[in-house]
Formats: sequence, C-alpha cells, structure tokens
Amino acid sequence: MTDRRLSSTSSGFNRRTFITAAAGTAVAVPLTARAAAVPASPASPQDPSLPVSLTLRINGEDRALTIDARTTLLDALREHLGLTGSKKGCDHGQCGACTVLADGRRVVSCLTLALVAQGKDITTIEGLGDGDALHPMQAAFIEQDAFQCGYCTPGQIMSAIACVTEGHASSDEDIREYMSGNICRCAAYPNIVAAVRQAAPEILQAAPEIPKG
Amino acid sequence: MRPFIYLKAYDPSAAAQALAAAGAGDNLLTDASIQPLAGGTTLIDLMKLDVMRPVTLVDINPLAAGWSQVSLEGDNLKLGALARMSDVADHPEVQQFYPVIAQSLKLAASPQLRNMATLGGNVLQRTRCTYFRDVSYANCNKRRPGSGCAAMDGFNRTHAVLGTSDWCIATYPGDFAQALIALDASVEILGKSGLRSMPFAQLHKPPGNSPQIETILQPGELISGFTITGRWPRSIYLKTRDRQSYEFALASAAVALDVQDGTVRDARVALGGVATVPWRALEAELLLKGRKLDDELARRVAEAALTGASASKHNGFKIDLGKRVVAHAVQRAAMMEI
Repeated sequence: MTDRRLSSTSSGFNRRTFITAAAGTAVAVPLTARAAAVPASPASPQDPSLPVSLTLRINGEDRALTIDARTTLLDALREHLGLTGSKKGCDHGQCGACTVLADGRRVVSCLTLALVAQGKDITTIEGLGDGDALHPMQAAFIEQDAFQCGYCTPGQIMSAIACVTEGHASSDEDIREYMSGNICRCAAYPNIVAAVRQAAPEILQAAPEIPKG
Repeated sequence: MRPFIYLKAYDPSAAAQALAAAGAGDNLLTDASIQPLAGGTTLIDLMKLDVMRPVTLVDINPLAAGWSQVSLEGDNLKLGALARMSDVADHPEVQQFYPVIAQSLKLAASPQLRNMATLGGNVLQRTRCTYFRDVSYANCNKRRPGSGCAAMDGFNRTHAVLGTSDWCIATYPGDFAQALIALDASVEILGKSGLRSMPFAQLHKPPGNSPQIETILQPGELISGFTITGRWPRSIYLKTRDRQSYEFALASAAVALDVQDGTVRDARVALGGVATVPWRALEAELLLKGRKLDDELARRVAEAALTGASASKHNGFKIDLGKRVVAHAVQRAAMMEI
C-alpha cells in the first residue's frame, strides 16, 4: 500500500488499506504456526480440518498459500493474498463482481475453489495495468464514465476484456448479451457498452488470438 | 460451508472407484457423502447454502483431456461430459447442424458460468425452487424426504405444471437437456462395470413419491458423454423468461423438424421451464408427422404438448405460455432457411 493512499484519509487508514493489512496478518498464522502439520499433497485422503498447501499463479507470479480447503479463489485473493480488487458481491455466482480470467477465460472466482484453480494462469484486475499505464479497457471505462459507485467495475472490466477476446463485441446487442453476467446496480449499462465498444479495436489489435479452453 | 476431503481423480477408473465408496444407500445427486466436482457452479453454490453437504469431493476436472470432445463423426455428434458449455455453444458445426443445442447452451446462465460449467454437470443441475435452496424452510421432500413441500402452500409462480406429484412441484431448471431429449440423444455412463449407453430420456426420474432421487445414476457412476444420431439443421430453442438475458426459463421449447416439400417428415418437441424433468412431447410430435404445417396445426400441436398440465396457485399462466412458446417455436423452425 502506498503512502499516498495512507494519507488520503484523516485517520491514515482507509477501508482498502485495512483489508489488505488484515489479510497479510491472517495468512501469517497458518504459515508459521501450523506449517509442520500440513499434508504435502492435497490430493490424498486427509483430515478435512487440516489446512492445505498450494500454489496459485496470479498475474504471472507463483504465490504459495496454506489455507482451508473450502477457500474459494475469491477469498484466497482477497483475504490471503491482499488482492482486494476482485469484489465479493453475491458470493453465489450471480453478480459477476468477482470475475477473473483463468487461462484467459472469464470465470466467477466465488464458485471456484482455490484448490481447483491450481495450475491455471489467473489474471485479476491488479494484473492489467503497467504502473501508471492503464489497460485500454480501464481507460475506456474512465473515458466513457462507465461506473458510479465502482463496486462492480473490476468484474465488469475483466468480463469486458474476455467479451472482446472471445469475439462477442461486434455489436451493441452482442455486448449487452455477453456482458449480462455482470450486474451493475447503479445501472451504468449504456456507458459500459460504450466503453467495451471503444476499447475493442485496440484490444483485438494487441491480442488477435481468441483464447481457447 | 462444511469441511470436506478433497480428492483429485486423474483417470476415469480412479474417479469411479472414489465415488463408489459412497455406499449403496446413498443417492449420487442428493445426499451422497462423496460428490464429483466439475465446473462447481451448482455444487459449490449449494454447499455454501448448506443444501448439499458432501464429506468428500472428487475433482474430476483432470479427466477433461479425454472427456471434452465436440466432434461430428459422420452423422453422429459426440459431446464429452466435461466439454464446457461455452465451447459447445460456440462450435461452428454445432451451430450449423444442431442449432437447438447451440442455442440452448448460449441462452443459459452467464458467459462466466458457461465457461466453467460442463455438459455433464449441466444436465444434473439442481432445481432453483426457493424452498429447496433455502434450508430455513423445514418442508422440502427433495431436501428432507418426508418433510412435506413448502412450495405447494408458498409462492409457486416458477414451479412446474407437468410431471408434478403430491410430493414435489420443483421445476427442472436446465435448457440443454431439452435439446438432448428432443434429439433422442443417448448418454454414456461410466460405472464400476465399465461404460454403458442408454437413452438420455431415461436419465431423469419424475419426482413421484421420492423427489430426492432425481436420476437413475448409482454411486460411482459418472456421465462421460452424449451422442446425437443424425443431423438436425432445422431446429431451434425458444426460451421465454422474466428478463431478456441471464434468467431461467418460464417456458421454453426445443423443436427439431425434418421438412421435405412442405411436409413434416419427422418432428421433435421438448419443453423446459414447465416440467419437473426434461419433457418430451411425443403426442405433439405425432400430430406433426406427415402433415403440412399451418396455424391450425401449430395450435393443435401446442395443445397436445401441454396435455395433462396441472397448475398450482400462482403458475397457471405457464400452461398458456407454454402452448404459445411451442406453437411459435414450431412455426419458426418450419420457416428456417437451411
């Protein structure tokens, strides 16, 4: 977390810094105190109350974790890896706020067990930009004013990128249909469609390959 | 969510063996202590809701290497059980020769869920009945056999009008299964004694007095794939719902026709959103065969398709809606340019 963010609220803490800091603290406990008791392979029969050790590839980096087997990819990202960009909306696969890319395909991370995400290349909203340079879809969302409260936006942007690379952004009608898995309660839908339309040519030019599963 | 043991199956026989340990008394779909995990879009959801409470999950995703084919072999379409919905919906040959299949998949769920969910898991999708999904309702014969049915006295606008019983009126929620049953698909099942094939129409069981048993699958059995014989380029899936996209059907129809010189040679009609199981309307099909389609025949076909429908307090509109969907789907299929 940057100093700039820390000083942006009067207390020196905003909600985002708090969640990130808390996640860092929580992960330290099982890693240090319980590591010896952790079975090496989560693929063998075991006591379900024991944590499991696994490695996730997130935004091009291998991240080792020791977590409860029940942990979803979304909770692993938010609560254990400090990546709070992916949002928890419904937590039941209905709203799309938690959308991430797995091997280039959009999935809802709230219905994906972290255990099942092993071996996949996971891309989150944090993995898009390059320093201060925004991804074309991020820039388009800002230019088209494609959000109000912003809570659904990381999921919208991840979904929008996949919508384009899948080849489903050739018309406004197509964009509306293929973005229907991302709910925006502020109803910024017309602006979201405009943002996807704006960013599509640049994204297709940069990465003309459509990811296949 | 309750704790579970996580196992990963790297080959089909290991998967079947691990699942078979569930024991003879268990039903694979409902109470089984050992559950297969594929896309997880139903199972993880229902585990979070405490509706499904498996002790062990067997992750069968590694089997995708051998079980996710989408291939047209001569006039037979082979679909692997672990093919993802989106890949099948986007497949050019499926779109061209089996539009009813491509459309049934495209019109289901959301792009994210279609990227995750597999064909095998999709046909085994559990009902969206509110009283089944919410464990605070004590009465649900599907979730707690013998406890009664809260839907019958509750708000049952989305519930079934066909295939219901005094024990359960929960609607089968899927779309793809209607396409499969209309096209007379077969389903391949891997079990302890190897692979067997049977008509897809025999997979699901109507609720009767034991709605907790939803299919004929036994512990240790896994769906490995589906086969559709013949090509059905003149076919459509028509789905009506409360909103245009990303919603379950209130009434839907899968229709496939073989029309030569204006005469219907063969016809297939199945209904979704209105029945407790994937529902094939054989009487409606018989009316179509050998005839030329006109408005009057479409009306009679629609009447026949909903024969025996019986409404609960809030879902009577589905009978009329279902008829209109069938009539419209049959007429649109007949008018398709192929």
